[in-house]
Amino acid sequence: MKRTMIGLLVALPVAMVLNVNAAEARDTIRIVGSSTVYPFASYVTEEFGATTDYSTPVIESTGSGGGLKLFCAGDGMDTPDITNASRRIKPSELKTCMDNGVKNITEAIIGYDGIVVAHHIDNEPLALTREELFLAVAEKVPQNGELVPNPYKKWSDINSELPNKEIIILGPPATSGTRDAFEELVMEAASEDMEGYDGEAYTNVRQDGPWVDSGENDNLIVQRITRNRDALGVFGYSFLEENADKLQAATIDGVEPTPENISSGDYPVARSLFFYIKNSHADKVSGMDEYVEMFMSDKMIGQRGLLKRIGLINLPESMLEKVQKSVAEREKLKMSDLES
Amino acid sequence: MEFDSAFEARMKKRYRAERRFKGYCITGLATALVFLLVFFTDIIVKALPALQQAEVRITYVYNEESADFPSAGIQEDYYELVSRGWLRIVPKRMRDNPELMGTTEQTWALATDGVDQYLKGQYNKLSEEEQALADRMVAAGNLRLAFNTGFFTTGDSKLPEMAGLWASLVGSIYVMILTFLFAFPLGVMTAVYLEEFAPENKLTQLIEVNINNLAAVPSIIFGLLGLAVFINFFGVPRSTVLAGGLTMGIMTLPLIIISARAALRAVPDSIRQGALAMGASRWQMVKDHVLPLAMPGVLTGTIIGMAVAIGETAPLLIIGMVAYIPNAPETFTDAATVLPAQIYTWAGEPERSYVSRTALGIMVLLTAMITMNATAVYLRNRFTRRW
Repeated sequence: MKRTMIGLLVALPVAMVLNVNAAEARDTIRIVGSSTVYPFASYVTEEFGATTDYSTPVIESTGSGGGLKLFCAGDGMDTPDITNASRRIKPSELKTCMDNGVKNITEAIIGYDGIVVAHHIDNEPLALTREELFLAVAEKVPQNGELVPNPYKKWSDINSELPNKEIIILGPPATSGTRDAFEELVMEAASEDMEGYDGEAYTNVRQDGPWVDSGENDNLIVQRITRNRDALGVFGYSFLEENADKLQAATIDGVEPTPENISSGDYPVARSLFFYIKNSHADKVSGMDEYVEMFMSDKMIGQRGLLKRIGLINLPESMLEKVQKSVAEREKLKMSDLES
Repeated sequence: MEFDSAFEARMKKRYRAERRFKGYCITGLATALVFLLVFFTDIIVKALPALQQAEVRITYVYNEESADFPSAGIQEDYYELVSRGWLRIVPKRMRDNPELMGTTEQTWALATDGVDQYLKGQYNKLSEEEQALADRMVAAGNLRLAFNTGFFTTGDSKLPEMAGLWASLVGSIYVMILTFLFAFPLGVMTAVYLEEFAPENKLTQLIEVNINNLAAVPSIIFGLLGLAVFINFFGVPRSTVLAGGLTMGIMTLPLIIISARAALRAVPDSIRQGALAMGASRWQMVKDHVLPLAMPGVLTGTIIGMAVAIGETAPLLIIGMVAYIPNAPETFTDAATVLPAQIYTWAGEPERSYVSRTALGIMVLLTAMITMNATAVYLRNRFTRRW
């Protein structure tokens, strides 16, 4: 007994050293990235593992920023092969990638995700504009040409046609990709044209109570707004679809969040979903090309694709073909692509 | 005997105070019990539906067409009833077993999540025609709810009807084995040295303070330590059993050292003196007398430490074990996930049927922990000697 224990203690560090050598080539694809893309990507990996002879890729849900950080950390085999993102790679991130030797990246767009503002199903339907939503959540708002701490406590303070109810919005915390998108698509868009901000984007969220940071788990927000009829929740479209018996969505700028409206771009609070491929790994990791091919196939992301069933909002036909072509050719992502 | 009234009043007051104090204590206990009861009822009620899973009886035709399009092998109006998880493996099965070609098979196939939820009377997205079809099939005995064996034999899946706990259960067992192999010998050796051999000086006092301190460090810190030391420095691959076991190992180490030292200290000095008086060396004294007597206490502490580790998720988040890994690990360098990580993942899924699976997963985890703690209590009562 004692001897085996000592043997193990010696064996462990040896095993570690051996592992370093074994990392030259891999037979499991490693994927990291956005928690929004995670359900779709893991659906594909599961299908990939079940229907091919390759082993199932390992996916970690690290968030878009966290994923790109790991992805761009280097070109070695101990770095991920693919990272998912619910926003486009930033020029600064691409630069980090380049500096660390990750020079050949291909960008793939798989579809859209809508961000909804939902509330209890028994409430009166609610129609909001992005400006009203912005005035409800901003830290400082313009009044008589000056920026003052947000005075609005009730929706009817913002617009007398809105219900005479307290403003309570449960939303994702600052670390979340959904929050990034909300800030960009609602707050930036609304504040740029608003007087008092001098044309600059304003994305500070108020801290005095009406906005409640509610954790990364969207199910918690869903649960809480089904119990509190005054509260609104901000989260991804697929959670609305799954809870259609308990929740309804507010229209934003008069547009309802339906798959059609999100895909066509009519619904204003929608973002594209991406994944990025590290092309230098393609011949060292078995199955990587086949995985990408499966993900980009019509069977997955097409109009009647499997991912539609779990809430992915499809790319329009023409766009899909273009993206499929550029991914199949492994078009290299350049800095100039991000500036447009 | 006569007491003056002031004495009587003081006496009454003291009794009243005592009754009040007892009342507070009982209230505390009762509150805890109520919470526990509410929690368990909630979990069990939510978990029960997951024990069953809908199955549909189909006649599957294996032919050229179904080798390419698996859904061609079943009747058209069954399309929406049979799970894709069952259908999609057909082409591969036909490649692996060519003799299937041209045969038909009657079998119970996994039904979709929607049908499953409908049969259980929970929210679903079936259309009215599909609901009517399901009703007809139940009446004809072609659709049933059966015991959900898949939950205990398969790994995670994005199709709720396929999702199971097996892979994470195996992952947890592997991680615990490695945690034990790593932390137990190191912990016991450290404790023996500090208790039996180490001189009492500033250095050992410093070490002692540090060990006590480490036991109180939040677990996420150990995750960061594991990332920095094992993954970044030693190059252990991310998400693997090895990374998880070692990280959990250093997390449990202080707990084992502290409990092992307490157990060693409880062995009376007369045993040591007796052994030494008979001419035993200190090593023989420890090996043959002190350590065997302290072992029940050491094991109890170890099991409790491991029970803490089996429920831990935070450090594993950092080293990449909270991930989508549907296969059970086979070696220590395979990627794996563990029970609490699996529960955490399911809790964040949008599909409603994960709610009951999450609850059932929690029950399995609680059962594992209760078993471990009960073993610890049993060992303590059965083998501990009083002097």
